[in-house]
Amino acid sequence: MAAITETRETIDRLAESGYQYGFETAIDMDFAPKGLNEDIVRLISAKKQEPEWLLEWRLKAYRAWLTMADPAWARIVHPRIDYQDLHYYAAPRAPAPKSLDEVDPALLEMYEKLGIPLNERASLAGVAVDAVFDSVSVATTFRDSLAKVGVIFCSISEAVREHPELVRKYLGSVVPAGDNYYAALNSAVFSDGSFVYIPQGVRCPMELSTYFRINARNTGQFERTLIIAEAGASVSYLEGCTAPMRDENQLHAAVVELVAHDEASIKYSTVQNWYPGDADGKGGIYNFVTKRGACRGAKSKISWTQVETGSAITWKYPSCILQGEGSSGSFYSVALTNHRQQADTGTKMIHLAPNTTSTIVSKGISAGHSNNTYRGLVRIMPKARHARNFTQCDSLLIGDQCGAHTVPYIECRNQSAKVEHEATTSKIADDQLFYCRSRGLSEEDSVGLLVNGFCREVLKELPMEFAVEAQKLLAVSLEGSVG
Amino acid sequence: MLEIKGLTATIEDKIILKGIDLVVPDGEIHAIMGPNGAGKSTLSYVLSGRDGYEVTGGSVLFDGQDLLAMEPEARAAAGVFLAFQYPVELPGVGNANFIRTAVNAVRKARGEPEMDTVAFLKEARAAIKRLSMPEDMLKRNVNVGFSGGEKKRNEILQMALLQPRLALLDETDSGLDIDALRIVADGVNAARGPNFSALVITHYQRLLDHIVPDRVHVLAGGRIVRSGGPELALELEAHGYAGLEAA
Repeated sequence: MAAITETRETIDRLAESGYQYGFETAIDMDFAPKGLNEDIVRLISAKKQEPEWLLEWRLKAYRAWLTMADPAWARIVHPRIDYQDLHYYAAPRAPAPKSLDEVDPALLEMYEKLGIPLNERASLAGVAVDAVFDSVSVATTFRDSLAKVGVIFCSISEAVREHPELVRKYLGSVVPAGDNYYAALNSAVFSDGSFVYIPQGVRCPMELSTYFRINARNTGQFERTLIIAEAGASVSYLEGCTAPMRDENQLHAAVVELVAHDEASIKYSTVQNWYPGDADGKGGIYNFVTKRGACRGAKSKISWTQVETGSAITWKYPSCILQGEGSSGSFYSVALTNHRQQADTGTKMIHLAPNTTSTIVSKGISAGHSNNTYRGLVRIMPKARHARNFTQCDSLLIGDQCGAHTVPYIECRNQSAKVEHEATTSKIADDQLFYCRSRGLSEEDSVGLLVNGFCREVLKELPMEFAVEAQKLLAVSLEGSVG
Repeated sequence: MLEIKGLTATIEDKIILKGIDLVVPDGEIHAIMGPNGAGKSTLSYVLSGRDGYEVTGGSVLFDGQDLLAMEPEARAAAGVFLAFQYPVELPGVGNANFIRTAVNAVRKARGEPEMDTVAFLKEARAAIKRLSMPEDMLKRNVNVGFSGGEKKRNEILQMALLQPRLALLDETDSGLDIDALRIVADGVNAARGPNFSALVITHYQRLLDHIVPDRVHVLAGGRIVRSGGPELALELEAHGYAGLEAA
């Protein structure tokens, strides 16, 4: 109950005005020089005291990246990104904290301000948090209680030091270093992120959560998340993201890899609220993210749920590779764009094994002058007998200056498979608005209510407290879109 | 008290209301009857502030406030409630959540404390019981998949919980069987009191057997052409509206 109250209070603060997270925290930072070359890659690796194999892996990724071009197929428009004009490493200057007591008070205060208390006693009950500030993990809570059941939850840098065999085995095994332009860039320069390992048969006793914060100017954020669930294990993981308001664009290129063994289940939820830029499209985060899960084991399950309201550009396709017989993948998405935001997001469901199933429910909401694209691939490979997919794509338009686009790709190479696709496009009707207003709701509250209704199927997939947060976020993100 | 003086209104340049004069004192229920196209629904929409209707003259005061200058939500906060002729479906929006949000929006606007979920559900369940409605009405999405009768009953449920000072019932009886009609009438009668007044818009006398009005007005050709006591409704039932527009 306390956790819920706390979340509500956070939300009340959140609901008061537009982008509430736009502040900058004054912290003494250690920057790598601007620009990207092999020396920078070596510097990052050295800063993190990484083993030789990881440095080699990074360098290989960097060399691959040099030969690649940024993808041009998405429905997004932006000026060329000058990769030499960014810092690839930024960290608070103080040495890495060993315990919560050693964390810089200014940082703790910042996370309090964001509604993410890192003090364990004050933390959301039952949610362990890893906080990533610019490029480094600053605190991970509840580690001891998790360790008792054998769950490893720490920053990926720490995992490289403490559990190198696990990292070496799984890093890049789902998203190879040269997978795509942004994944290659991430592989070369990733600085931190979260690592989760759930041993065989263990049901993780609490929600795990990572909170990403970009603070420093002219800095890219490249975090790397790796989650492994052994046979019969299960875990629910959440990530949240915010950044200060700035006039210039900032780059965020993350990679998330999930591995589910036999009958394991991983639920990954995202509430993405990076700074979206102002009403005229100035500033905002460029969010180029590769998220992919491998259902390696029989009857394993991976479920992606995302609520995407932030970022100037979102380029993101959380995917499932269904390798295990009878495994299943799902993707539940709400993507909301307002003002000049652009989102090109969706999923890939790759059915490799027999009796695999996948479900896709995508809700796109476009307002202002924004563009919102669903792009999804359902691929049934020859061995995937009796594979099934159900896809539902709904778009909601608010106003007459925005765009909604649906681009489904379906490739079916097995005749016994069943693939369904449903799509709708609608607008909020005037009579719905008037009905709400005649009951006393303001125009904006009415739109918020109707949009939340539209997204209900997805929001109910989120853990309860975060569903409440997501609902408020949707309403706040729509401010100024009506009237 | 509702005071309408010389109200004229158009929709898409077509003149619908041609000068309505009407006073509904607190505590009274007035019926508005009249043929199709007389302007009955237009009157209810103009009073509740729907877009698309242009008021070209006259005034409407509600408790001394200029109703026409207020946004629809401000009118609701002031105590005006419209029971829709065709209640609107809101997919994905839970009925309990919707009504509670509305109740709290109105309470907030009036400077009253908001109701928490527990207190609200208690009241809502009591109201549902009083109105002999099925309890699952609260769990379903607003009007989605409701029968015509259920939609009308849902309007009455909202009215009971929002506790308006002035209810505009726009042909709430249309499409209702006799049991549903009685439930709707019971809902209105239960709200009766010195601080409640209503404009009951209807085609037929039968609703007025259950909700006995203080006054009956005949709206025809955009004007009130006759007013009288409850007996006027019986007369109309017997003789129809023929000839009234010329009067």
